[in-house]
Amino acid sequence: MTSINPSIRVRTRSDLIRRNLAGFDKWLTFAVAALLLVGTLLVWAATRSWFSSQGLDPQYYLKRHVLNIVIGLLLAYGTTMIDYRLLRAYTPIVWGVGVLGLIAVLIPGLGSTVNGARAWISFPGGFQVQPAELAKISIIVGIAMLLAEKRDVDANPTDRDVVKALALSAIPVLLILLQPDLGTVAIISAAILAMIAVSGAPSRWVIGLLLVALLGGFAAVKVGAVSDYQVKRLQAFVDPSADPQQSGYQLRQSRITIGSGGFVGRGLFKGPQTNGRFVPEQQTDFIFTVAGEELGFLGAGFILICFLIIFLRALTIARRTNDLFGRLVCVGVIAWFAFQTFENVGMCMGLVPMTGVPLPFISYGGSSMFANLVGFGLLQNVHVRSR
Amino acid sequence: MSSQRSRLNLLIVQTLVVSLMFALIGRLFYLQVANTSVYQDAALSIQSRDIVSPALRGAITDSQGIPMAMDRPGLAITVDRSVIDKQADKGVAVLTRLSNLLKLPYPDLWQGTRLCGELEIGKRSGCWNGTRFQAIPITKQATQAQALVILENSDVYAGINAETLPVRSYPMIAGELPVHVLGYVGGVSEADLNDPSKGFYRNENVGKSGLEYVYDDYLRGKPGIKTVIVDRKESVTQTSQNSQSTPGNNLVTNISAPLQAAVEKALDKAVHTSRSMGYHADSGAAIVLNVKNGAVLAMASWPTYDPNMFQKGLTVKQAKDLFSESTGVPALSRAIQGTYAPASTFKALSVVAASAAGYNLNGKYNCPSKVQIGNREFKNFEAKNEGTINLEQAIAVSCDTIWYQIAYDQWVRDGGLSPKSNLKDYFFLNAKNFGVGKKTGIDLPDEATGRLPDRDWKKNYWKANKDFFCNYQKRAKAKDLTPYLIAIAHENCLDGYIVRAGDAVNFSIGQGDTLLSPLQLATMYAAVGNGGTLYKPQIARAVVTPAGKVIKEFKPEVNGKIPATASDLEFLHRALRAVATRGTGAGLFANFPVPVSGKTGTGQVLGRNSNGSAKDDTSWFASYAPSNNPQYAVVMMVSQGGFGAAASGGGVKDIYTALFGVKGNKVDPASAIFPASGPSSAIPVIDTKGAAAMKVVKK
Repeated sequence: MTSINPSIRVRTRSDLIRRNLAGFDKWLTFAVAALLLVGTLLVWAATRSWFSSQGLDPQYYLKRHVLNIVIGLLLAYGTTMIDYRLLRAYTPIVWGVGVLGLIAVLIPGLGSTVNGARAWISFPGGFQVQPAELAKISIIVGIAMLLAEKRDVDANPTDRDVVKALALSAIPVLLILLQPDLGTVAIISAAILAMIAVSGAPSRWVIGLLLVALLGGFAAVKVGAVSDYQVKRLQAFVDPSADPQQSGYQLRQSRITIGSGGFVGRGLFKGPQTNGRFVPEQQTDFIFTVAGEELGFLGAGFILICFLIIFLRALTIARRTNDLFGRLVCVGVIAWFAFQTFENVGMCMGLVPMTGVPLPFISYGGSSMFANLVGFGLLQNVHVRSR
Repeated sequence: MSSQRSRLNLLIVQTLVVSLMFALIGRLFYLQVANTSVYQDAALSIQSRDIVSPALRGAITDSQGIPMAMDRPGLAITVDRSVIDKQADKGVAVLTRLSNLLKLPYPDLWQGTRLCGELEIGKRSGCWNGTRFQAIPITKQATQAQALVILENSDVYAGINAETLPVRSYPMIAGELPVHVLGYVGGVSEADLNDPSKGFYRNENVGKSGLEYVYDDYLRGKPGIKTVIVDRKESVTQTSQNSQSTPGNNLVTNISAPLQAAVEKALDKAVHTSRSMGYHADSGAAIVLNVKNGAVLAMASWPTYDPNMFQKGLTVKQAKDLFSESTGVPALSRAIQGTYAPASTFKALSVVAASAAGYNLNGKYNCPSKVQIGNREFKNFEAKNEGTINLEQAIAVSCDTIWYQIAYDQWVRDGGLSPKSNLKDYFFLNAKNFGVGKKTGIDLPDEATGRLPDRDWKKNYWKANKDFFCNYQKRAKAKDLTPYLIAIAHENCLDGYIVRAGDAVNFSIGQGDTLLSPLQLATMYAAVGNGGTLYKPQIARAVVTPAGKVIKEFKPEVNGKIPATASDLEFLHRALRAVATRGTGAGLFANFPVPVSGKTGTGQVLGRNSNGSAKDDTSWFASYAPSNNPQYAVVMMVSQGGFGAAASGGGVKDIYTALFGVKGNKVDPASAIFPASGPSSAIPVIDTKGAAAMKVVKK
């Protein structure tokens, strides 16, 4: 393996960076870069006419979004610099910080509620952090560590390893459930399930957990563990006219906005639905509707193709690496991205019920952008070190 | 490492991820390529708002161009929602002040300034049907003083404005107010808005009944439309279209405003005369037709109502009263929507039937006080025995028993209770050819059909009610369980589908199940007067643009010919004239300088009034004049008015007095409504601007 080649250590730092970049998977890099670029334009399109009509700086969101991307890229690069195998050492710290953040959002005065979920910590200066995004990474890395460590080459994880992994993820998942943010819980569950499956753990775990997830979701709605706003969102999904001013309104507007784009779209910055701000939260959770209206089937389809490229390249990386830890990290990140993309785009198009999750690499939002790019960094890290 | 299971599960993950992405791409294709037009339409309706400025509605004038209904500028007080919504209290204080100034209840005012879409379904009555961007009129009949208060104190009345808006008004230049003919206008209903074939705009006024409804497409004009694109907060981002309004066309009618005024007055007087004689006189109608072309020269119905209330904003009570039994259902036009047994006026038809059946109209017949038919006795009116008289005299004095005998003989000839296969049915067939049971086709909505109770009708009626008749003791109300009614029900149950002798004889004198509207009877008497032609009664004469160009003219239309031969008509002219000279109308028309021909009718009505009293007879007078050269047919009917000659006969005489300009026992041609040559069919010049200053113009 290249990483233990002593020659690396005598190279200069800039050599190291160059070599590291050259080792990136090009298709993966290209697809993410394309999404970041398109996302920047879409965030701008979603906010410029709204802000200028209020007499505010039309580039306000654009500037902050670019800043988020820059910080995220630095974080991503940092992630690729550290050998992911050393990352295990930091895992308990990442996990601990994540859990502390999740506890902090639940404390009145610290956490703030957005759209019914107590998911944010507000800092002075208007900065908000969403600890759940950090938790995604800590859970993925943590589980990968527990399931891949201290094992003979061809040995599969034991029941004991699986229980440990589940216990590790149970605390942050429960804390996120308390916010409540079912969308993120679903994403994390998908990642856990995929990682346990690929780890080679006994099949009964995979099947059992799948059943638990299904029953749990069903029971939550039945018993009322799901909060009022979530039930409303669910009802609005089944019948968008049920609550026309709230959830149903958003879903209907969202679908109309995408549908009205047609094959080639209305043109960037020219979407009347977007400029009239008929879709709420359009720069974050409903960013895909801007793509649908202004860029049409060609543009929105291009975004989906980019995601498909990312997933397929990441799966290739996962398949090629011989290191189980690296493979599990990859699978966790893939499941996260894929499930989140499906939840978000599916919601915008009325395919799945409404959940408040952003579209990876595209939606406005610092925490999510940082987490996505760190995830991207993890994928490249595994790729670079598995060659 | 990397067990088989790990690789296999990785493949499963890959398959799942790829399928999820293809599901998304498929859905995207469905929305954006397959169904994009649906969503593009939906998006447009979300973003655009039409601001409608109503067009000036055309006037409805009489035959001389006198406007009877027209738009005039009204002083409106309006509320601008886009202003009051921005006030701290959302306009509560301003609207409270306005409610005090206009003396309107605050809740009504609040409701009236809410957009209908803002309110729950079921709580929308009185809401504003337009958009937020146009001034909402609270009243169109404000006083100068109220308007000045608002204009001079714009700070405390922020968002309130005074402006002029078109108001439908009824100048009553000759004193006429033909509400049942004109109809009224009102806001577009939600159902009509959703009907794309109508092409109505929100906030438009459209015809709701009468001529306003029938000729709405001509009268309405095109409203000015400004289409604005709005954002989610309903602030205007751009104006996409701006069109000016086009005023509607004017409708010239055949109605003569001065005659209409006289007819309304005569009808009102007839109702009150009848009441003063102790009859209920709950309603009535009067019609004047030009017998030579079917033009409706006047048409009135009683009780009537004030059409201005639709412009002031109809209150719930007013709306209920329009259709309430206790107020006499003023909305109903008795002339075309009320149907009654025509009674002896029907004998003009029976004459023609008898002639067709071979009876000699110049022969002599016995008119006993009563006739025994089966087990029932049919009496002459007031059981008077006239002895043997000719048929002309029988019409003049309104003998019933002659008709009983003729109708009974014909009924027997047709097989009686076992009808033959080759039925002659002279009476039914004749009535059908006169137009009984058929709409006249007048250009007004919801005309009644009336009823021809012939053999088919009997059968269908029996089928529909057999169950009731056969279970009468179980189904009927307690008060209807008299031995007589139970016996009748039993009879009806057994063979109610058969035309019995009683049905046949009743039919010959216009009683029993026969029903006619006053207008139907008027067309029949007009046909007798003009030599046999049944014209379609026509109110509209022409449509004229505001610039004076005639764009449509309504020519007389013929519905058919009555089945009377020349000798039948000659006989009828003699007999109907005899009514006025030596018969039931002689007292009325003694020394009347214009020869009038007509027939009285006193129709018995079964049933009781709501207070339990027996219903009074329907009073009819059907006529035409001048007898020597008939020009006009005049029919009056007073429901529960008593004798035909008394209430309606007097009313018809009043109408002829005005029509011909009768002064004492002389005709003063200068006071006549039309020249001696009859009504002109020329299309007049309309001047709605000078309408207010116009004096009553005759001729």
